Amino acid sequence: MIRDLKGIYIIWLRDIKRFFRDKPRLITGITRPSLYLFILGSGLSSAFGMFGGRGGDWYMDFVYPGILGMIVLFTSLFSAFSIVWDREFGFLKEILVAPISRTSIVVGKALSGSTISLFQGIILLIFAPLLHIKLNFPMIIKICLLILLTSFALTSLGILIASRMKSMQGFNMIMNFLVMPMFFLSGAMFPLKELPKWLEYLVNLNPLSYSIDALRYVMLEDRTFLAHPFFINILVISIFAVVMITLAIFVFNLTD
Amino acid sequence: MNTIISVKKLTKRFKNLTAVNEVSFNVNEGEIFGFLGPNGAGKTTTIDMLCTLLSPTSGEAVLNGYDVTKNRNKVRQCIGLVFQDPSLDDWLTAKENLEFHAMVYNIERKIAKKRIDEVLEIVELKDRKNDLVLNFSGGMKRRLEIARGLIHYPKVLFLDEPTLGLDPQTRNRVWEYIRDLKEKENITIFLTTHYMDEAENCDRIAIIDVGKIIAMDTPINLKKRVRGDIITVETSDNRSLNEELKKKKVKNIIFYNNKIQFEVYDSEKFIPKFIKESKEEIISISARKPTLDDVFLSLTGKKIREETVSGLDRMRKRFKMGRMRR
Ligand SMILES: Nc1ncnc2c1ncn2[C@@H]1O[C@H](COP(=O)(O)OP(=O)(O)O)[C@@H](O)[C@H]1O
Ligand SMILES: [Mg+2]
Repeated sequence: MIRDLKGIYIIWLRDIKRFFRDKPRLITGITRPSLYLFILGSGLSSAFGMFGGRGGDWYMDFVYPGILGMIVLFTSLFSAFSIVWDREFGFLKEILVAPISRTSIVVGKALSGSTISLFQGIILLIFAPLLHIKLNFPMIIKICLLILLTSFALTSLGILIASRMKSMQGFNMIMNFLVMPMFFLSGAMFPLKELPKWLEYLVNLNPLSYSIDALRYVMLEDRTFLAHPFFINILVISIFAVVMITLAIFVFNLTD
Repeated sequence: MNTIISVKKLTKRFKNLTAVNEVSFNVNEGEIFGFLGPNGAGKTTTIDMLCTLLSPTSGEAVLNGYDVTKNRNKVRQCIGLVFQDPSLDDWLTAKENLEFHAMVYNIERKIAKKRIDEVLEIVELKDRKNDLVLNFSGGMKRRLEIARGLIHYPKVLFLDEPTLGLDPQTRNRVWEYIRDLKEKENITIFLTTHYMDEAENCDRIAIIDVGKIIAMDTPINLKKRVRGDIITVETSDNRSLNEELKKKKVKNIIFYNNKIQFEVYDSEKFIPKFIKESKEEIISISARKPTLDDVFLSLTGKKIREETVSGLDRMRKRFKMGRMRR
């Protein structure tokens, strides 16, 4: 047990060190959230400001948790890329042949993915005042916990895919097939009210919808656009997280 | 002597290619056991199965009493590895790579610190220990990997082409350390190589070709299989010489590089007679004692070639450079 905890810590530590050293990745990590925020957020807000009855600020408030969710989605899924990368460049062998359990490798990776997502999320939160988004301390704590839970689940999903992928191209292809639909069907950009039935169906199948809904619950005073009760959201994300990490551990244990 | 690795009819098939074909052997505790064979012979595949990275298609292997398929975690606990292909984290420093290793192998912090310094000294990387591995040359990376494999004293240390691409000096130093380690810690060493001179350091050698062990013995006994001396001649007409030699009492006639090589019992008497009787003009002639090279040659009819950087490795390098430029 102690060995496993130590294993988790070592795997986590290495990923974090790498993230902060790989300057291009770090810079993308910082600029991407800000870019999405300003381009998508501001652009769409002014569009909505022109057409909609309510002001543009309303849409900014609405879309901000969506962008937060999007960043978490991207970062988490792609941080599992490190497994494919390590396989390609040989370091995975060093890890696999070491006397640490496969389980602690998966958990360590899932936690490092969550940490990096949280870091990205915090960068977004720093911009919040500029966009007239009001945050207080309890809200920030809740947001961070939500990000951690969501990204833990999503990174696990990424690991699940990465454990079966032998090539970088294969991983990227699957990811692109997953990321875009998950993003568009999450309600990140539009309210989940009065959707066509089939679309509602798909949206409800998407775990990210629940995270974004929960983030909105925490951040918005106006509750008109919420789709589910808060506890349902938390329940769904938690179940998703447990299922994903279990599957990831199971599948990763099968790799030889 | 105790048997520490026991392998029975171990086989690995990749689709329709049999990389390792019913290989059986035992390794004794405290021994340096070598797998000698050309590229693609199945050396790495065998190691991968023994160290639990690949499941065998059939057959069994027991290491330190643990079955490598049923008791993987136990096996991992008692082995150490230096892989053939690069396996360092480029974004960590040399020291951090070693620390990572020491941590996953559960070495006490104090001991780890001492050993890290020790092994860095051996491979002469002490002054570069805080540099990112990214900036290391190929040879430096290799040295660091060897250093890493030596940090934890495993029961069995696997070295897959450990000194590939190292200069002779470093190679000697690494060998000194390996022998020292074996003496002091009673570590069993399983290594693969296609350097013949390196194989001579082993207590026993298995010669492997196309997935099969074709000979297994001590280096001295193996060399005894090539009786007498090796003569190499180059003449104006090798073909007619060949016909002539066939009539004489010589063994293992082999053509390579426009030369003919064969074995005779007594070169001192053979050469003067040969020169006198030869109808062809002799361009060059030489005689020498047999080496493991000759053993391999006489067993398989081919030479073990020096390895160049593999295609995959080159591709990786290109890929890495591309990434850095972006
Ligand atoms: N993962 C794999 N898939 C298919 N073929 C493989 C794989 N690994 C090795 N081989 C093949 O198995 C044979 C033995 O390879 P290997 O064990 O690496 O040889 P060596 O280490 O002696 O050079 C080679 O022909 C190689 O191409
Ligand atoms: Mg090999």
